[in-house]
Amino acid sequence: MKRLWKIFKAGIIYENPLLMLMIGLCSALAVTTNVSNGVGMGLAMTFVMLFSEVIISLFRKVIPNSARMPIFIIVIAAFTTIIDLVMKAYFPELSKSMGVFIPLIVVNCIIMGRVEAFASKEKVLDCVADSLGMGLGYTWVLVGIAAFRELLGNGTLAGLQVMPASFEPILFFILPPGGFLVFALFISLNIWLKGRMQKASAKAEAKAEEVAA
Amino acid sequence: MTKIFIIALLINNVVLMRFLALCSYVGMTSDVGQSVGMGFAVTFVTVLATAATWPLYNFVLLPLGLGFLQILVFILVIASLVQLVEFYLKKNVPGLYAAMGIYLPLITTNCAILAVTFENISNGYSFIESIVYAVGVSLGYLLAMVLLAGVRIRIKNSPVPKFLKGTPILFAATSLIAIAFMGFSGLVK
Repeated sequence: MKRLWKIFKAGIIYENPLLMLMIGLCSALAVTTNVSNGVGMGLAMTFVMLFSEVIISLFRKVIPNSARMPIFIIVIAAFTTIIDLVMKAYFPELSKSMGVFIPLIVVNCIIMGRVEAFASKEKVLDCVADSLGMGLGYTWVLVGIAAFRELLGNGTLAGLQVMPASFEPILFFILPPGGFLVFALFISLNIWLKGRMQKASAKAEAKAEEVAA
Repeated sequence: MTKIFIIALLINNVVLMRFLALCSYVGMTSDVGQSVGMGFAVTFVTVLATAATWPLYNFVLLPLGLGFLQILVFILVIASLVQLVEFYLKKNVPGLYAAMGIYLPLITTNCAILAVTFENISNGYSFIESIVYAVGVSLGYLLAMVLLAGVRIRIKNSPVPKFLKGTPILFAATSLIAIAFMGFSGLVK
């Protein structure tokens, strides 16, 4: 149980796909104009990741090594198709506003990366923890960026008016150029975080050495 | 027809306005020559992929009622197409392969190409319109690549604030290019 929790936590913070590993960025920029899109995209990703990892982990001993890439792609594409159809049927508005980015989950490097690096080697339960951690890690960063952009660009959060009426929305943040700028700041935050973490671990090591000496 | 082309090329520029293909946009623009090579390779494959997937969807998948297999079929078709093109070029046109070959494997997972093939279907374009759209989108990609490659030459010799060094400054510059591109939005009514 403790190990599962550790795997889960890694995806949320220490190995967060967007903050730390910096993969799967295209969709993170395109759908973050408002919070509900961010949540929708995040949960769709989590769904595809969860089921792809579980299926591939179940069959990991049967899948021949030389043909693994096409097999992974087929599995991921199947679940992407499912979520695409489900969203079209039950959330037509959300699906419309995200457009082509739902089918594009199939080429999202986060899923392929986790399937290749994790699910093809580990047990099923570990994969459940890993995919949920990674998926929710992706979701919360997405929602964070979306909240920032929606609040400044539209004065709302998930469609609800938050800013006082006197607030003049800064349209720039909703438009594509604003997306790029927010993203630039976001990456510099990421570099700063990484630097701090490295410093902290170096300090801990030095302390451990001191104790040992 | 020109409307589709202009919209795809400038107004809805695939990189600057729609955030597609960002990986190669950042990764392959460290010099101008490289970005042009990648741009033409993408153009080539996008047009080819459109020419293959449009008839496949409209003449095979749709009559059989298998439209829902679109995602699965398209990605497999594009992946195998890129492989075939690579083999063909290697054997028969070594000159072109030397110029373009190294970019081809990277293209398989380029989301712009997959997006174009999906949108041809969802926008209900005819075959000719699809090809025009594919050419427009990929030339827009080429344009964005060359622009950023040019900007990067200048960034190399400029004092960049410490917290923006590396990738962040590229996206900040992209933001400015995107603002310029917003000026095109009135071009087509």
